[in-house]
Amino acid sequence: MTLDIVQMVLVTVLAAATPLILAAIGELVAERAGVLNLGVEGMMIFGAAVSFAVAMQTGSTLLGALGGAGAGLGLAALFGLLTVGLAANQVASGLSLTILGLGLSGLVGANYVGIKRDPAPQLAIPGLTDLPGIGRLLFGQDAFVYAAVALVAAVSWFLWRTRAGLTLRAIGDDPIATHALGLKVRRVRFLSVLFGGACAGLGGAYLALAYTPFWSPGMTAGRGWIALALVVFATWRPLRVAAGALLFGGATVLQLHAQAAGLGLPGQLLSALPYLATVLALVLLSLGGRQGGSPAPAALGRVFTPSR
Amino acid sequence: MEAARPVSAPLPRATAGPTPLFGAYGIVKRFGSFTANDGVDLEIRAGEIHALLGENGAGKSTLMKILYGLLEPSEGVVTHRGDIVQLPNPEAARRLGIGMVFQHFSLCENLTVEENIALVMPPELSGRALADRIAKLGIDYGLHLEPDRPVWSLSAGERQRIEIVRCLLQDPKLVILDEPTSVLTPGEAEALFSVLERLAREGRALLYISHRLDEVRRLCVRATILRAGRVVGACNPREETARSLAAMMVGSAVHEVSARAVRAIGAERLRLDHLALPAPGLHATALRDVSLRVSGGEILGIAGIAGNGQAELFAALSGEALAADPACVRLDGKPVGGLGINARRRLGAAFVPEERNGHAAAPLMSLSENALLSRHPTAPLTRAGLLRAGAARDLAQRVIAAFDVRKSGPDPAAGTLSGGNLQKFVVGREILAQPGVLVINQPTWGVDAAAAAHIRQAVVDLAAQGGAIVVISQDLDELFEIAGSIAVLHDGTLSAPVPTAETSREAIGLLMGGSSDAAPALAPAPALAPARTH
Amino acid sequence: MRLDLVPRIRRSAVLDILAPALAFVAAVMVGGVAVAALGVSPGAAFVTYFVTPLSDVWSLQEIALKAAPLALIATGLAFCYRADLWNIGAEGQFVVGGLAGGWVGVATHGSGGSVWILPAMLAAGALAGAAYALIPAVLKVRLGVSEILTSLMLVYVAQLLLDYMVRGPLRDPAGYNFPQSVGFEAAARLPYLMEGETLHAGVLIALAAVGLGTFVLARTLFGFEVRLVGASPRAARFAGFSDARLTLAVFAISGGAAGLAGIVEVAGRIGQLQPEISPGYGFTAIIVAFLGRLSPPGILVAALVIALTTIGGEGAQIDLKLPLDLTRAFQGLLLGLVLGADVFARYHVRLVPGGPVSRTAP
Repeated sequence: MTLDIVQMVLVTVLAAATPLILAAIGELVAERAGVLNLGVEGMMIFGAAVSFAVAMQTGSTLLGALGGAGAGLGLAALFGLLTVGLAANQVASGLSLTILGLGLSGLVGANYVGIKRDPAPQLAIPGLTDLPGIGRLLFGQDAFVYAAVALVAAVSWFLWRTRAGLTLRAIGDDPIATHALGLKVRRVRFLSVLFGGACAGLGGAYLALAYTPFWSPGMTAGRGWIALALVVFATWRPLRVAAGALLFGGATVLQLHAQAAGLGLPGQLLSALPYLATVLALVLLSLGGRQGGSPAPAALGRVFTPSR
Repeated sequence: MEAARPVSAPLPRATAGPTPLFGAYGIVKRFGSFTANDGVDLEIRAGEIHALLGENGAGKSTLMKILYGLLEPSEGVVTHRGDIVQLPNPEAARRLGIGMVFQHFSLCENLTVEENIALVMPPELSGRALADRIAKLGIDYGLHLEPDRPVWSLSAGERQRIEIVRCLLQDPKLVILDEPTSVLTPGEAEALFSVLERLAREGRALLYISHRLDEVRRLCVRATILRAGRVVGACNPREETARSLAAMMVGSAVHEVSARAVRAIGAERLRLDHLALPAPGLHATALRDVSLRVSGGEILGIAGIAGNGQAELFAALSGEALAADPACVRLDGKPVGGLGINARRRLGAAFVPEERNGHAAAPLMSLSENALLSRHPTAPLTRAGLLRAGAARDLAQRVIAAFDVRKSGPDPAAGTLSGGNLQKFVVGREILAQPGVLVINQPTWGVDAAAAAHIRQAVVDLAAQGGAIVVISQDLDELFEIAGSIAVLHDGTLSAPVPTAETSREAIGLLMGGSSDAAPALAPAPALAPARTH
Repeated sequence: MRLDLVPRIRRSAVLDILAPALAFVAAVMVGGVAVAALGVSPGAAFVTYFVTPLSDVWSLQEIALKAAPLALIATGLAFCYRADLWNIGAEGQFVVGGLAGGWVGVATHGSGGSVWILPAMLAAGALAGAAYALIPAVLKVRLGVSEILTSLMLVYVAQLLLDYMVRGPLRDPAGYNFPQSVGFEAAARLPYLMEGETLHAGVLIALAAVGLGTFVLARTLFGFEVRLVGASPRAARFAGFSDARLTLAVFAISGGAAGLAGIVEVAGRIGQLQPEISPGYGFTAIIVAFLGRLSPPGILVAALVIALTTIGGEGAQIDLKLPLDLTRAFQGLLLGLVLGADVFARYHVRLVPGGPVSRTAP
C-alpha cells in the first residue's frame, strides 16, 4: 500500500519533470554549440498552442505533438536567422522570441480555450503495468515520457560518442578555432538552435496534450525559464538535466502538497527553490572551476562572425 | 583533369624545371579597397622547405589562407601538379594533401588532446585506432602527447605538437607553417627544425612563413619575398645575408634616425628592484627577479622573443598589473608598485602598448575620444567629471599635425586609419604629454618603414629632451639603432643591460635564445649607458 | 550560398536611423497581413492602433503613464548594455523597488502625512532596486558568475517575495483577507499633474532620468568609461578604468532606475501593494532599450511607440475584437526585426554564391 503511494508520488514527479526535461535537453544542445536562447518559454507555449490546435483539428495526438515540435522549430529558425545568420544579440533576440511566442500562442489558441481533450494514451502492458510498486512508473507512461528519457540518452550518446557531437562541443568552446579548421560553425549552430526549438515545442505539446490536457493562455507558467535554469544547474550534462528535472519537478509537486503535508514553510519559498538552487549551483561551479577549464561552453552567448 | 570553370586569371605560365607540386599564379585578394595580395605567384616543389618572407602586413597570412581554402582569391588560380584546383574550404585543401600549422593555435581549450585531433580526422578514424596513430607518430617523430589531457593544461610547445600531429595524421604533401617558432623556446624550436627537415626528406613540401631570417637561412633553400602584397624577389636564403634579405623585405633604404646631441644623463627616473609577478594566465609568463634602472636622456632597449614576458613586463611598468611590494617599482624615487596606470601617468609616465587596436586605442571611437582615452588624467580634458569636447579635439589635432597622421574626415574612428598612421597617433598622443618616463612595447610592429622612422626619431628626440625611455622590441635592428643599452628578456628574467656600442647582434641573439653562458661580462651595475649617438 | 558579414568601421548616421524605421514599417506590414487574416481591414486596424490613441486626452495620458516606467528602466539598462553587461533582471529589481518603497508607505500609514514620506519611499525603492541588482554584480565581480543567469533567476525570487509579503506581513489586517496592503495615504502617493486627470508626477521623473542619462553618457567621463568598456575592454583598462567598479556602478544604476520605476508605479497608479505590480515592464524595457538603440533619446521614442501599440491594442480589442495577443506578437516581431535590421547598420552584408567544388583525384 505504502509502496503504491510512493509510486503515485514518483509518477506525479515524473510527469512534472517531463516538460522540463524536454525543453532543457534541447536548450542544452543549443548552449553546447554556444548559443544561448532565452526564448524557451516562447517556443514552449507556442508549441503547446499549436499542438493542441493540430490535435483538435486532426484528432491525432501524434500529429499534434509533431505540430508542437514544428512550431517550436519555426520560432527557433527565426531566432537562428537573427543570431547565427545575422549575428544579432542573443539575449535580446531570445527575449523577443519569448514575447512573440506568447503572443502567437494566444492567437492560435484563442478558439480552443476551455476545451478539454482526452490525454495522450498511456502504455498498458498486461502484467507489467500492473506490477505493484513499479509497474505504473516504468510501464504505464505516455509516449512523451518515454521520448524524454530516450532523448536524454540519445543526446548524451551523441555529444560524447559521435564525431558530430564532438564538433558541436568544439564549436561551443571556440568558434574561431573551429572555423579556422574549416568546420561549419554557423550551420552547426543553426541546426542546434532548431533542435532546441523542436524540443521546447515538444515540451509544450506534452503540457497541452498529456499533462493538463487542455489549452489555456500562459499555461507554461514559467517552465521555460526553469528549463534554462536547469541546463546551468546540470552543468550542461544531459543525465544531470534529467536528475535536476526530477528534483525541480519534485519541488513543484511538494509545493502543491506543502499545505496538505503541514510543512511550516511558505509556499513561495518552495517555488523559489529551483531559482535559488540554480544561483547556488552557479556560485559553486565558479568556485570549483577556477583552476582552469570551464564546465560551461566557453563561447556561450557570444555571436560569431567568420573573419573575412 | 580539367578546370571546373573557366578562369579569368592568367593561366599557369610555363616554368623552368619540373611541374611544381603546388602553384599559385596571379593571386589577387582584395578586402574592400585594401589589396592584401596583388598578383602573387608562388611555386612549391616536393621535398623543399620554401620560405615565405615578409614584414607584418606584407600579405603572407592572406596567401597562406588562400592556399588552405580559408579565403577565396579575388583573382588568380591555384594549381596542383599543374592542374587548376578550387579550394572553397579547408576540407578541399586537406583532401588535396595540404596541411596547416597555425600560428594562433586552432585548439579548443576545454577539449582533450585526442578530441582536438579527432575534429579534423575522417569519421572512421576514432577511439582506439586514433589513439594508436597518435602514439605511433609520437614515437616516430619525437612528438610525445598525452591524449587525455585537456588543452588548457598544456604549454605552448605541447599545443604546437598537437597542431603538428593533427597535420601529419593526414599524411600531407604540403605543410604550411605560420610563424611556428614565435611561441617556442629555443630547445623546442630546435626539435621542430629536425621534424621539419625529416618531413622534407620524406618528400613533402613545406611552406615556412616567418620573418626570422636566421631560421630561414638555416632551414630553407628557396624563399619568396613579399612586400605590400607583391612578390619582390625570390632567392636562395643561404646565399644571402640577413641584411640583404631584410633589405628585400623592407624595401627602400631605411631612414637613418638622426640623434640630437644628447644632454648629460639626468637623474634616475624609472627603477625596478627584484620585481616578481606570478603569471596572470595560463599562457602568460611569470616575471622573475626583474631589475632595471633608466635615467633621463637614456633609452634602454629590451630585446627578446615574443612571449618571454614582454606583455607582463609592460603591464608591471604601466600599472595595469600591480606589484605586491610597492617599492619594487619607482618613478623618480617614489614607490609606485601599488599605484594604477593613471596615478603613474600623473607622476609623469606614459605608455604605449603593443596592440594598437583595442588596447592603445578603441577602433570604433573617434580620434578625439582616443585622445581622451589615455590623456584624461594628465591633460585638461575634463572639468569636475564633465568632458571638454573641444579640448579633446584640439589635442587630437595637435597630435595629428605633429606626427603627420594621415586620415580621412575631420575626426574619424581610429579603426579607419592604417596601421602606421594609427601607431603614429598613439605614440604622438603620449609623447606630446612630454612624459618624463616613456615605456613603449614594439613601437614599430607592422608599421611601414617611413612611419617607423618617424616614430623612432620622436622617441630619440624625447630622450634628447631628458626623457627616460624603455623600448621593448623584437626588432634587433631597431634596438641597435636607437637604444643606448640593451637588456634581454628571456622566460621572465631580464639580463643585465649592456651598452649597445659594446655588444653585437650575435651576443644579444644568444641571450634571447636563453644561453646564459654566452652573456658578456656584466656591465658595472647600474649600467647607465648614454643614448647612442650616431 | 553563404552570408558574409564584414564589420563597418564607419557607421552611417542615416543607416542608424533608417534601419529601425524600416524595421518598424516591415513589422506594421506583417501586422497588417495578420489583421487581414483575422478578417479586419488593415486600414481600420492601423487607425485604431496608431492614430486613435493619439487623438484623445485620456489615451495620451495612458500612453505617457505606460511609457514612463519603460523609459526609466530602459535608460538604466542602457548603461549596463553599453558596457556589455547583461542585467536582464530589471523586472525583479522593479518588484523589489516597489516592495521596499511600498513598505515605507505601509509603515508610515496613519502617521500624520509628513512631506518626507514620498521622498523616503522613492529613495527606498531606488536603493532596494540597486541593492538587488548588486547581487548578480558582486557574484560576477567576485566569482565570475554569469550575470545573465543570476539576474534572471532573481526575478522569480523577487516576485515570490512580493507575493509572500502581501499575503503575509504586509497584508491589510482590515482587508477581508484579500492579498493586498492598506491603500496609501495622500502623502504617500505621487501627485497628479492636472486636476481630475490620471497623469502623475512619475512621468516627470522618467523624463528627468532620460535627460540625465543622455547627459551622463555623452558628456561625462563616467559616460565615456561606460562606452569605452563596451567598445574595447582592454583599452578601458589602459585608460585606467576598473572593470569591477564599473560593473558594480552600472548594475547599481540600472537596478536603481528599475527600483525607482517600481515605486513610481506603486505610489502612482496602484496606490497599494498587490501580488502583481508589473505587467512585465522589466522585460518589455529590455526591448525598449534595444529598440532605442541603447541611447536615452531613442529609448524615449521607443517607449512611446511600445506604449502606443499597447494602448492601441487595448482599443483594438474593444473596437475591432482583435486579441491583445496580437499586440504582443507585434512587439516581439518588431524587436526581432529591429535586431535584424541593426545588422545592416553594423555590417556590410553580402550573399556570396558558393563556388562549385572541383573534385580532384588524389
